[in-house]
Amino acid sequence: MPSPADEPVAAPPVVAARAAIELVSVTKRFGSVRACDGVSLSLRPGRIHGVLGQNGAGKSTLMRLLIGLVQPDEGEIRVDGRAVRISSPHVAAELGIGMVHQHFSLVDALTVWENVVLGDRAGRIDARVARRLVREVGERFGLAVDPDARVGSLSAGQRQRVEIVKCLRRNPRVLVLDEPTSVLTAEESEQLFVVLRRVVRDEGVAVALASHRLDEVLRATDEVVVLRDGRVAVAIETAATSADELAGAMVGEGVPHATARGPMRVLGATALRLDSLTVRSARRGVELDALTLEVRAGEIVGVAGAEGNGQHVLVDVLSSLRAATSGTVEVCGTAVRTGRAGAMGRAGVAVIPADRHDSGCILEMSVEENLVLASPRSVASRGVLDRAAMRSRAVELIAQYGISCPSPAAPLFTLSGGNQQRVVVARELSSQPHVLVAAQPARGLDVRAAREMANRLRATAESGTAIMLLSSELDELLDLSDRVIVLSRGRIVGEVSNDGTAARRIGLLIGGGT
Amino acid sequence: MNGVRLTRFGTGAAGREVAALYVACIAVALAISMAVVEASGRSWLQAASALLDGAVLSDGRWGETLRRTAPLLMVAAGSSVAARAGVFNIGQEGQVLVGAMGSAFVLTLVHPGGMLPMFAGLLLGAATGGAWAGIAGVLHVTRRIPVVLTTLLLVYLAPQLAAFALSRSELLRSTEPGAQDRLLQSSPVVPGSRLGIIEVFGNRFPASVPVAVVVAAGLAWMLARTTWGFRLSMLGLNPRVAQRAGASQARDGMAAILVSGSTAGLAGAMMLAGGESQHQFSAGFASGAGWDGLLVALVARNNPLVAIPVALVFAGLRSGSTFLSVAGIEAVLVDVVRALLVVALFIPPAIGAVLHRRRAVAAITERI
Repeated sequence: MPSPADEPVAAPPVVAARAAIELVSVTKRFGSVRACDGVSLSLRPGRIHGVLGQNGAGKSTLMRLLIGLVQPDEGEIRVDGRAVRISSPHVAAELGIGMVHQHFSLVDALTVWENVVLGDRAGRIDARVARRLVREVGERFGLAVDPDARVGSLSAGQRQRVEIVKCLRRNPRVLVLDEPTSVLTAEESEQLFVVLRRVVRDEGVAVALASHRLDEVLRATDEVVVLRDGRVAVAIETAATSADELAGAMVGEGVPHATARGPMRVLGATALRLDSLTVRSARRGVELDALTLEVRAGEIVGVAGAEGNGQHVLVDVLSSLRAATSGTVEVCGTAVRTGRAGAMGRAGVAVIPADRHDSGCILEMSVEENLVLASPRSVASRGVLDRAAMRSRAVELIAQYGISCPSPAAPLFTLSGGNQQRVVVARELSSQPHVLVAAQPARGLDVRAAREMANRLRATAESGTAIMLLSSELDELLDLSDRVIVLSRGRIVGEVSNDGTAARRIGLLIGGGT
Repeated sequence: MNGVRLTRFGTGAAGREVAALYVACIAVALAISMAVVEASGRSWLQAASALLDGAVLSDGRWGETLRRTAPLLMVAAGSSVAARAGVFNIGQEGQVLVGAMGSAFVLTLVHPGGMLPMFAGLLLGAATGGAWAGIAGVLHVTRRIPVVLTTLLLVYLAPQLAAFALSRSELLRSTEPGAQDRLLQSSPVVPGSRLGIIEVFGNRFPASVPVAVVVAAGLAWMLARTTWGFRLSMLGLNPRVAQRAGASQARDGMAAILVSGSTAGLAGAMMLAGGESQHQFSAGFASGAGWDGLLVALVARNNPLVAIPVALVFAGLRSGSTFLSVAGIEAVLVDVVRALLVVALFIPPAIGAVLHRRRAVAAITERI
């Protein structure tokens, strides 16, 4: 990028020492959670800065601070040494900061060039100029894309190219990418890094690249900042570090997880057996790749992995919400047909879904109805509901699980989130399942409620239920699991028994290292 | 579920606001109706009294209103079942017509008439109405084509089918002497196969009226008190929860659309057996009963019990409108009044839904 006209000296468009943008001890709170806690970061022209961390470490918040989607509670942001307030993405654009979003912000029904000029505040749109612009920017950076293609018909990689073209054509000084490779194939990721390298070399742009993948941060960046729990754990030149060091910084060390567990439980027969379970879809390709796994009665198996690596597909299959393309699911030795309404539930698979509003409860129905959603027959005779039985069941569970609600007949939406979650848990655990699938069971719960949840899960395992625990919180997994498997791109990439060094090894597996 | 639906808008400050809104909206609708009548150069008082005479007060008129209530109520009760399950069948007009046509094959052709042919005819009417709706169900399950679209388009196909059956004397066309020159219509229902007529204080209405009330009450009970009704409600409110719990869109959604199609078909069959159009089937036979029934269900917010009074009001407007023209007032005015009332009755629940949604969102964001 040519230096701005108001610069007194025409600096060469290569590495400049002065930061293009600087965050100075920035803190951002959401309620009681500090998503970013005193983070300092300076992005220099001509450099690719990796921002590494697990899910929830604060990467996305940091990126959104840069682009003006959220405002810092403390600290300041400086552009060219001047403190600025980036109150909106529009202000960010004027300051020369552009973002490539994790979830694309394109309109499917429009063509590529229409998407690229979308949001321009110019009065008139000239299709020919816009088409030429797309081609020029594309050639300059090696981002070939047909300006007249409809965005809806493009692959994920091509859509991302459109996003990048949309940013680059404004000649930004800072380019922010949030998990850009999460939707790309390995080859597309490689192409992206080539493009980014060209952008920093030829234009002197400062790039911030948020990622949870160790391998690509090591390969594609010049320096790296590791975030953990909203704080900077390590800031270092990429060339001077190793996968091992970064993994350690990501997951944190010195917390003896294994000792926190109770005595080893006695494991029974295999309750859940997945054999080469594969789910493929036209839109997303292979979502689960030949998953083979056994969970024994009384065992808790943790499933780790960055979000979007097949966990929700696995939960959907075990909730009868999706059919497997191939492979089998067996519960207590009996094969269960996948994708058939209610089949998993009848076979004894209980599920605490990651998003209870998506598949765990019905807000418009009453508490008592929500407590029997999965098995209305249990409070009915010959197909006729016994309202009195439903009520007494509800009163019992409300007391047992400490659900605070105005009355059993109150609609579920009148309850707080934590109590809605208790309703789901009460229903699923009270069915005395053979298998319990718990996805992010403590998400959104406060510390006390989370501990209560952990104790319930332990007690459930001790009573002989096989538990599959999916979580993005490594601490939660290590606290509860007997062993942890790691999913990456729908495949099991490793299994770690829960001992003193588990955290580091899981960190490496999640990060795609070896 | 009834409990939920009643409490949803019925409690607290939001509930009172919505109740007040109902009163205000109906008042505004009536005021606009009066203004329209006055603008057309007539006195609204005169129009209102003609309407009331035609619907209730004059001799035998409330029997006429009841007669018109039956198909509206049947259709509304059936479509409530589908809507609760999240299946939006809006093709009742066609299902009524096809149901009437199906029953005509027995009712008008089987001699001599009697109880057995009558029941067989009504059953066939329900079956053909269900089958007509079932086409949309099959297309939805196998090809993911939206039910709203297919049921609507089937409405426009139904009269073509009826016209075809009526164009051939080996099918439904009347073979009576002289009938060949008249409009396409069937022979009248064989006298022995007609529905019984109930007479109370000089008001005559067919037996379809009590049948419709029983059907509406039965379906209301089914929705509120049976596991199947529970599963259907789940399906309508959250299909993913329903699928996990064992209610599938394919099986239960299909069943719901068949129920709504057959009640519409039965409504059509009972119209024919009950004496509509002098017991003769024609391509225009449904004459809006399906559309009106659908509106009744919408206004009654898919509660078959609430549909009973709503159907009465709508039928009353229809039977009252015949007196308007006698009083020299355009009968079309009734359509205006009805449309205004429908809009007025929609506004409060819509606002209630917004309030409900806000509270739900607040409940969710509270935990963040």
